[in-house]
Formats: sequence, structure tokens, C-alpha cells
Amino acid sequence: MKKTKLFSYVDNGTIIHKLSGLSKLICFLLLTFASMFTYDIRVLLVLLLISLVISYIAKFPFKRYKLVLVYFMIFMVFNFLLNFLLAPNYGVEIFGTKHVIYVFSDHFTLTWEQMYYQLAKFVKYICIMPLGLMFFYTIDPSEFASSLNGIKVPYKACTVFALALRYFPDIQRDYNNINLAQQARGIDSSKKASLTKRVKNVAKILLPLVFSTLDRVELISNAMELRGYGKEKKRTWYSYRRLVKRDYLAIGLCLFIFASVLFMRFVVVKNLFWNPFI
Amino acid sequence: MNKSFFGKFDVKTIVATALGAALFLVLFAFVKIPSPVPNTNIQIAYGITTFFGALFGPISAALIGFAGHALNDFIAGFGIWWSWVIASAVAGLFAGFAYKFSDLEHGKKPGKMFFILNIVGQFIAWVIVAPILDIVIYAEPVDTVFVQGLTSFVVDAISACVVGGILAYAYAAVRSSASSLDKE
Amino acid sequence: MKEPIIEFKDFSFRYYAQKQPTLKNINLKINKGEKVLIVGLSGSGKSTLGNCLNGLIPFKYEGEISGSCKIKGQETRDLSIAELSKSVGTVLQDSDGQFVGLNVGEDIAFALENDNVPLEKMKPLVKKIASMVDMENYLTRSPMELSGGQKQRVALAGVLVDEVEVLLFDEPLANLDPATGKTAIALIDELQKKTDSTVVIIEHRLEDVLYRHVDRIVLIDDGAIVIDDVPDNVLASDVLIRHGIREPLYVSAAKFAGVKITPEMHPSSIDTFKLTEDDKDRILNWAKSHANTKTKNKQVLLKGKDLSFSYDGEQNIIDDISFDVKSGEMFAIIGKNGAGKSTLSKLLVGFEKEDKGQILLEDRDIKDDTIYERGKEIGIVLQNPNQMICNTMIYDEVAYGLKNGGVKDEEIKERVYETLKICGLYEMRNWPISALSYGQKKRVTIASILVMRPKIIILDEPTAGQDYRHYTEIMEFLRKLNNDGQTIIMITHDMHLMLEYCDRCITLVDGKIYYEGLPSSVLVDENITQKANLKMTSLYDLAKIVKMEPNDFTQSYINAERSLRHEKD
Repeated sequence: MKKTKLFSYVDNGTIIHKLSGLSKLICFLLLTFASMFTYDIRVLLVLLLISLVISYIAKFPFKRYKLVLVYFMIFMVFNFLLNFLLAPNYGVEIFGTKHVIYVFSDHFTLTWEQMYYQLAKFVKYICIMPLGLMFFYTIDPSEFASSLNGIKVPYKACTVFALALRYFPDIQRDYNNINLAQQARGIDSSKKASLTKRVKNVAKILLPLVFSTLDRVELISNAMELRGYGKEKKRTWYSYRRLVKRDYLAIGLCLFIFASVLFMRFVVVKNLFWNPFI
Repeated sequence: MNKSFFGKFDVKTIVATALGAALFLVLFAFVKIPSPVPNTNIQIAYGITTFFGALFGPISAALIGFAGHALNDFIAGFGIWWSWVIASAVAGLFAGFAYKFSDLEHGKKPGKMFFILNIVGQFIAWVIVAPILDIVIYAEPVDTVFVQGLTSFVVDAISACVVGGILAYAYAAVRSSASSLDKE
Repeated sequence: MKEPIIEFKDFSFRYYAQKQPTLKNINLKINKGEKVLIVGLSGSGKSTLGNCLNGLIPFKYEGEISGSCKIKGQETRDLSIAELSKSVGTVLQDSDGQFVGLNVGEDIAFALENDNVPLEKMKPLVKKIASMVDMENYLTRSPMELSGGQKQRVALAGVLVDEVEVLLFDEPLANLDPATGKTAIALIDELQKKTDSTVVIIEHRLEDVLYRHVDRIVLIDDGAIVIDDVPDNVLASDVLIRHGIREPLYVSAAKFAGVKITPEMHPSSIDTFKLTEDDKDRILNWAKSHANTKTKNKQVLLKGKDLSFSYDGEQNIIDDISFDVKSGEMFAIIGKNGAGKSTLSKLLVGFEKEDKGQILLEDRDIKDDTIYERGKEIGIVLQNPNQMICNTMIYDEVAYGLKNGGVKDEEIKERVYETLKICGLYEMRNWPISALSYGQKKRVTIASILVMRPKIIILDEPTAGQDYRHYTEIMEFLRKLNNDGQTIIMITHDMHLMLEYCDRCITLVDGKIYYEGLPSSVLVDENITQKANLKMTSLYDLAKIVKMEPNDFTQSYINAERSLRHEKD
């Protein structure tokens, strides 16, 4: 396993990168929640378009993420098929009508309703995907904690996120070292070993990893207390970027999108799905 | 021994929670044991929430599950799958309820409650919370989510009890006093 | 008039978990602006003393206190860690553990963040402090991109932001290579002058700290102060060596030669050390009488041929190197942090696979061996024993590698017992590992590799963070193994360890071999030492003073030290 960089953050100076971490977090949450609240394929397509536009503005390097994208598409197609196999009549259940395309058997009947439901779901997933990637690609990891604190998450919980990100590479390195050292002493990590054997073997790697991590907890908490952590009710953040006009603009825009989605969902369509079959 | 139900949230607990989440993340992302059921992996990461839960309490373990799982989804680039992230937090919460009933720090082996709470927690997380959220948030078909939930429950409960159990026993053994030793 | 900023009066401390007090009746005054070095073995109580200054005792580690400990006239137990942190800044030994920010700027700002300092004030202040430690151009770097020395600078900046009056360093040299350690000591000295602060350094590497002026040395043993005096007086006495602390090499060489050291000779630094012509002759004669070099002439066991390796396919961490390790050798791989030492060891044991070149073990290319197959031929002992130990009982841990290989139970038992006897652990075979000290754990991990009867054992920094007594214990044990024919490769940046124990060495600089040959010849060439961030030992300076070839002089010293040790055995 090569060294993986947790965040692939590169500041390439686009307007999206210039936004404060806080506004990025808010926008990300608003847009993902927006896509969570609806199954209306028209709305979803608009959201997909919006997230693609954002990716374009941020000069998102699709090429570099080719592998992730390909895996994701394979997963989606697999999910699509599995969905039909496990619940082929869910579409009919939702929409209450049945427009048959092809009959495989009594149970496995391909209907337009099912196709429509699955298509909507498909679009829903792929519009969340670029949003997640984008956020991941444009946020400076050290801004993450202050942004969470900005949306009123208690600062001690924010510290948990910041420290987890800080020590993730160290623990990953330790894991690799321990794993290899155990292999040198004959742990069979191949697929040939029986299941119980494999679980036991993993435990043999886990014990030194977890216990040496606990030693480190003591040390880090001392270091933090010696620099006055935790004595006040709140704290400031060195990496915090104050919101400026473009931040308010971005948040306003996302709020508008979020509100429009809710409006479509609860006032116009009054249903999770938009039903084209009536 | 007078322990509060929710544990304390001092600096040490905060750091333990953070490193626990980082451990969870490393294991969740890189260490999977393929189970006999196709397409289902045994997530040994739940052993971490179980063990840290018994040591540091429910808030800590819930945060480990939440932060660890959310960060994992985050770095995978697929977008955060909230229903499962929340379920992981719930599983951690219950694992942390074992805090009140255990005393690993002083070398006491984990008792029955340790395992019961974990099984109950995993059940609530995967058979109740995750499917319901899947249906509410993502309108997943009812049958599918419960089938998935049941498999996850079985696999994760085993992992939580076995892996978490091994860690807890070993930790208690390390902690138990070694003063009465003689050279032979 | 000088006023005490730190004052211990009849101070004793006992951890609740322990029966005996760790500090006994301490009386110590440290004046404003002084620089005091506290030395002592691991477990002597010197770190506990440090923790009393920064408030970890009694606020984090509870225990029974008697007597008084005052900082700026205030009893520490009436304050809090947070309040004390405004007067006493602590730089911990493990700079990775102390680096809690995701980048340099954030970490320096940590204390300011906790004080709710507004951003407008915080940013310029961080910049100013960063420039004091020469890190202003690294503000956005993550800890993974920094060297050990740079991380320590950040840690130092992180406490300087509080404008503390006392700087407390807990083993600042433990994780640094020799030249970086020297720079660190110089930096501490400069900062003290700039900020007019009081400095307390806890360290057992005495000679390295004495690279710059120190006002007093306080020696602690078994929880009590043994001596508290100016360096010249301390070095003239034999109190250090009696309490297990290594004296500066030039001082012990002079003492070996029978020179009587007096405070008037100013032994605290080689530059001020005054020797009469008579003394010089005496040292020269002594050195000549111990000169003899024996070289082992043996068969090549392991051969690296044109090896190259890179993690990212762009930058070669190991760049086209070739070397031989001979059977029965104690072989050292040296170089500064990041030179490729660890990567090379990973290639040798098969954790990483070379991109180019070959590794030949007894003329056989071992590229296609699995990690386990290699592990049986070339075993590796990691630096931190806690990262290797995966069983709770000593016997199981040592037997582990054999059990995995399906060796029969009786044979396992036989081999494990045999190994435990060699390692001096036989009597404890049924103990849980948790009952062992760090050094004993280290021996368990060595045993767990030895039991597989590898042709070669690789040890990564075998003595890191160990005081002189434990260092000697580990190294003498390794030498015994080596004398019995075990080939050993050591990765280290401890120059004296290499000089004292190794037959041959290679010096890595940026993935290339800069020198291969006898250890005593490495440090003569200033080019090599500079390139490799190594440090000449003070024996070289002394050799020049007495006008002898530094190589031979060092060899004599080592010979003398060895024979002295054998007399003791």
C-alpha cells in the first residue's frame, strides 16, 4: 500500500476554492440535504446539472479521479440490477399503476414504473457523488474543524475531527509496519486461511496497533493541556476564514436551491415522487 | 466504583475519541475480511467502537462511529451515506453504555453486559435505524433494506463481540496487577 | 540581585499507585535567567521533577506531596495546568505527539486559539514567533512534510507564543540525529539570550547538551539530588559515572589515561579543556598501548546489487546502491533522518520490493520469497517493541513465529527455551509481558526473531531513547549474540554506538552510499560528516590535541573501553 494522501486538496485558486470553509460546508450540507429530500426526477436532474456546473467552475480534475468514478459507476450498475432482482415490483407499489414492458415471470415483471423509480434513484445518487468529491477536493483540511464549529458543533467535538485527520496518516503508517512485521513472523493473511483464523490474525495486528495508540493518547492529551486546551468555553481558530460577500452569496444561492426543492416537494408535488403515470 | 453513565469528556477522552476515529477509519477503509456471504465484508472496525466504548463511554464511542464512518465515506468520494453513518453512531452509543458496567482499567475482564449491549446496539443500528433512515431518506425498497440490515447486523455484531472482546480481554490482562510474580 | 524563579523546598512526591516516593526531599533553587541541565537514568525521577514544574503533577498525575514547590513565589498546587502554562512552556520529547495542528501555523497558534486571541492579532504573532525559530516559510506545511528537527522547532515556537519565562525541555535530543541535535542545542541557547528566559533541560545525553554553555548540572538518582554544581566541578568528580551517566568522551578518555581532572582544567567543553604537555603525553601513550585493529575476514552473506527503489515512481529513495554484508558481521547503516535507511531495511526484509537490482542471500536472489520465507532468513526488530508484541505471555510471544510455521510442539518448546536462556528471560518465561520494563520488552522482541534462527537480524535504532545503562545492557547483549556468530545489521544515527560496536558500516545520503568501510574512518572526513548530518565525536578533537591519527585514537578508546568491560564481567 502506497502512502495515500487523505485530502487531495490543491489550491488552484478558483472561486470555489476561495470560499471560506464554513460556507463550503454549509453549501455542501444544503445541497446534499436537498437531494435527500426529493425523488422528483426533474428536480434531481436540475441538481445534477448544478453540481456539474460547480465541478466545472472548480476545475475539478475528472481525469485524476477516473478510477473512483469507474468504480462508482460499476457499483451503480450492480446496484441497479440487484435492485430489480430483490424488489422488482417496488415501482408498482409506489405509483399504484402497472405499465408492463416485458414479463420474465409472475414475480419478475419489468414495468415502466420500476424503470422510472430506478432511474430516479440512479440520478439521485450520481448527483450526490460529485458534490461529495467536490467538497473533498476544495476544502483545506485544516479549515474543517473551524467550519464545523462555525455551524455550532461544540468545539470539543470539532477537535475530534481535526485530530482524527491529523493522526490518521500516522496510524495508517503504524498499521502497515505492524502488519508487515507480523507477516514476517508467519501470519497468513491470504485468502486461504479459514475465517476464524483470519479474524484471529487480524486481532494479532490490532493488539499492538490499538495499545500503542492508547499510549499516544496519554502523550497528546498532556501536550494539549500544557498549552491550555479545554480551559475555556470556546476557542478561536487560526485557519478560520471570515465570511465575505461571495460567501454570503454562495450560501444564499444554496439556501434558495434548498428552499425551492422543499417547495417542490411539499407544496407543488406534495409527494416524494413526481408521478408521470397519472 | 462510581462511574457516570455517559463517561467524562475530558481532554484525554477527546484525544482518545479522535485517535479511535482515526483507527476506525484506517480499519474501515483498508482492513476488510471477506465473509462467506458474497459482497459482505466483516468490518472489524466495529471492534474499535466496542473497545473504546467500554473504556471511554457512550459519547466517545458514538463519535468514533460517526466521525470514523463519515470520514471514510468522505475520502472514498462517494458522498456521505447518512443513514449508515448515523447507524454506526448508534452502534457506538450502545457499545459505550458498557462503560458503566466494565472496569477494564483495573484489570476486570469484560462481563455479560459488555456483549449483550453490543449485540443489542448492533441490532438497533442495523435492523431498525439504518433501514428506517434508508426508507425515509433514500426511499429504498423495504424488503431490500431489511435483508441488508439483517446481514449487516449479524456480521457486525460478530465483529464487535469477537474483535472488541479480544481487545478488551487483552487490555484487562495487561492492566491486571503483575506484582505477585516470581522467577522460576 | 538574582531571585529564584523555581524553588523546591523539602519537596517529596509519591504517586498514589506506588508504594515508594518518586521524589525525595528535593531542595533546588533555579534563578531567573539560569540554564540548568537535569541528568539522571530512566526512572530516576528526573521526568517527574519536570512534571512538577509544568503542573502535570499534581493536576494530571495525582499523588501525595509534602514540602513546597514554588514558581515565581507561588505554590504550584494552588495554580492549575493552564495557569502554569503561562509561565512554564514545556517542549516534550515526542515532537510528533506535541504537533497537534494539521499544519505548522495552526500548531504554533494552538495556545493562542485556546486563549481566544482574535485572528487579526493571532496571524502576525504566529508569523513573528515562527521567524524566531526559522520556520516562517513553512507555515502551511503538514507535519508529514517536516523533519524531526523542524517539528521540534515548531513545538518550541508553540510554547514561545505564550511568552513564558521558563522553558522546560524533556529529553529534547532523544529523536534527533547528531547534527540536528547540535543545532537544537544552539537554537535553545540563542533563544534564551533573546528572550531572557530560564531554561531547564532534562536529558541524559550530557555531552551533546554541553555543546553550549550550561550554568549548572543537577544529577538525580533514585529520586534524590546527588549533586548540584557547575559543570566543571561535576565533570572533575566521578559522580556521573557512578550513577550510570555517560561522561563526555574526551573526559573519560583522559580519565582512562590516568589524567587527574580538576575543575581548573575546565573540562565542561573540549574547547576550554586545558591539558598540560605531560597530560597529553600520558593520553598519547595510553592510546598507543591500546592500539590494535582486528578485521574479520569472512564470506559474503548478503549482497545488495544495483538496488533502486521509489515510492512514487519519481523520486528514488534508494538510488542504485551496492554493498556486501559478511557472515558474522555487526554491520551498521547510518545517515540522517530521511536518508533512506529504513527504506533500505524494508527492501532487505521484503516489506517493499526493489524496482531495480538484486538482493542476494548466499548468492541466491530472494526476490520471489514471501515475506514469511524471508522473515525466517532475515528477521527485523522494529524500533518500538510495543508495535511488535501481540501476545500477552512471554512464552507465546517468542513461540509465535514458530507456531505459525507449523513447527512441532516439542521442537517449539526446545527452541523457545533455548532462546529465552540466551536472552536472559528464561526465568520469566511464564510471565505476562505487561510486567516487563521497556528494555526487557525489547529483549522479548529480539528473542521472538532469534527463535526463527535467521541468518541475519536487522535492528532499527535498537537504543533509541535509552539511557547509558540500558543502552549498554542492550548493546552488550547484541555483542554477545554477535560473538556467537550471529550476523547483525543495525540502523542507527548514534555515532558512538556505531564506532563502539560495529565492524563495518555504510553511510547513506539521499539514497546513495556515500561511504562504505570501517566505522572509525567515517567521521574523519568532514565531507562525509557534513553530507550525512553526522557529528564527529569529541575523541577526534582530543586526538588532534594529543597529535595522534583520530582513527587510531578512537579505535584505542574503544579497545580500552571493551577490555574494561570484560574485566567487570
